[in-house]
Amino acid sequence: MTLEILGYSFIQKGLVAGVAIAIICSLMGMFLVLRRYSLFGDALSHMAFGGISLGLFTGIYPLWTAFIVSVLGALGITRLRKSTKISGDAAIAVLLVSGLGIGVLLISATGGFKVDLFSFLFGSILLISFEDTLLILGISSGIVATLVALRKQLLHMTFDEEQAKVSGINTDKLNYIFVVLASITVITSMRLVGILLISALIVLPNITAIMFGKGFKKTVMLSISMSVISVVSGIILSYYLDLAPSGMIVMISVAMLVGTLVFKYVNVIGKSQDIQKTI
Amino acid sequence: MNVLEVSDVSIKYNGHLAVDRINFDVKEGDLLGIVGPNGAGKTTLFKAIIGMQNHSGKIKLFGYDEEDYQPLLPLIGYVSQKVVFEPNFPATVSEVVSMGLIPEKKIRKGSALLKKCGYSWNLLYHKVGKDSDKVLESLKTAGLESLKDRRIGDLSGGELQRVFIAKALVKDPVLLILDEPVTGVDVDAQNKFYNVLKKINTENKITIVWSSHDLEAISKLANRVACMNRKLFFHGEKEEFFSNKELLKTYAESAMQMHMHDHG
Repeated sequence: MTLEILGYSFIQKGLVAGVAIAIICSLMGMFLVLRRYSLFGDALSHMAFGGISLGLFTGIYPLWTAFIVSVLGALGITRLRKSTKISGDAAIAVLLVSGLGIGVLLISATGGFKVDLFSFLFGSILLISFEDTLLILGISSGIVATLVALRKQLLHMTFDEEQAKVSGINTDKLNYIFVVLASITVITSMRLVGILLISALIVLPNITAIMFGKGFKKTVMLSISMSVISVVSGIILSYYLDLAPSGMIVMISVAMLVGTLVFKYVNVIGKSQDIQKTI
Repeated sequence: MNVLEVSDVSIKYNGHLAVDRINFDVKEGDLLGIVGPNGAGKTTLFKAIIGMQNHSGKIKLFGYDEEDYQPLLPLIGYVSQKVVFEPNFPATVSEVVSMGLIPEKKIRKGSALLKKCGYSWNLLYHKVGKDSDKVLESLKTAGLESLKDRRIGDLSGGELQRVFIAKALVKDPVLLILDEPVTGVDVDAQNKFYNVLKKINTENKITIVWSSHDLEAISKLANRVACMNRKLFFHGEKEEFFSNKELLKTYAESAMQMHMHDHG
């Protein structure tokens, strides 16, 4: 039965693009979560919403305008944080509401919500074209290659920015590269789960993986595996249950998190009972 | 050879003078203990040395002026007073120590400068070769071999401090700057740390600048002492410092006041 659905080209494209997106969201998300930028993805996607509305309003391809608006927003907010001492969470809030504000304004000017917009809000992975799949694969490979090349510097900066600076890493430049990469990741991933659910892919597999208490490399591999499993099983299950793939993917990630929490809790209780027995 | 020369350095911090015309030098192989109460400007001075704090006056490294010594900065090991990191950070002790490694290109740039001024860099860890061996060597020096696969968040304060020392050691630093490294650590952990400090100074021949409130440890480990409270009150051989009763009394009083302030 499973093999049969793999024969459909829309499922094939969806799975290929979905796996690529699962990998970049998990990798990028690890650094975002550890830098306490968990909601940065959300802020960027809301900026992208403003950008998409601008695209629909002006007739330019919405993904391009989304990309430009969120990169500019992200760079602007990074600068603002540096020069004005606005805290990280407040900066994210500023980015989020300005994106949403512009979006709502432009949509009302365009004449209300249309189908196009809904696919950006909630994702439409099964509707993507062959060219889009190739584009997503290309961008994802670029992001993975850049992250692998910069992994040592990024890890050091994430762990201790001051020490990274002392050891000769140009942290200002690295921060800018980082937010641009995060923006590209968000724009690329919108097709899978949509603007509203993007944070789930960035945050959930990573916080679940971190709970296993392993080192960095193992935690990254765990997070990627969980992310890929939730995307693949989410797409397949949603086909059989006739439900939205984005919601399915996110809820499988949530289930993994809850499962891990329960497992850990039961383990702790078990251990403390063992200790009581020995006493 | 002078590893570090500080001449007439003053630093304004948040509008007041935190460091006032300080002069001292550090010779190759020195273990200089810097004493002074909290807020004496020690950390600010260290930040100026590693190029992260504006100042007036001159700082020289291996005889090079600031505009020329930039390539040497990555070769300095600096351990700050308190490292704030995400407690759930998924990294093992070895992974954190390997963050201290610096790229070959930076090592070459730095060594070229050192060669030019005739300094024979010990290259202890570089002789070892592979990065993983360098990490292991630093872990051994800091007495952390058995903890290498433990997650960083699971360690005690004393163990953590030794991890940060190992992280600074892994690049075979030409100068190690330690900013009150044992604050808030129990006596046993302190002693372990002091053994490591003595070892890297005598066996690995690493020049160390170390700020501390622990006069007893300084009398045992350091060969030279500097005493500062915004201004420099003393700089010279350890014996001279510890035989100067008036200086010791002043320091003990300021240390007592600080103690009362902290706990009163």
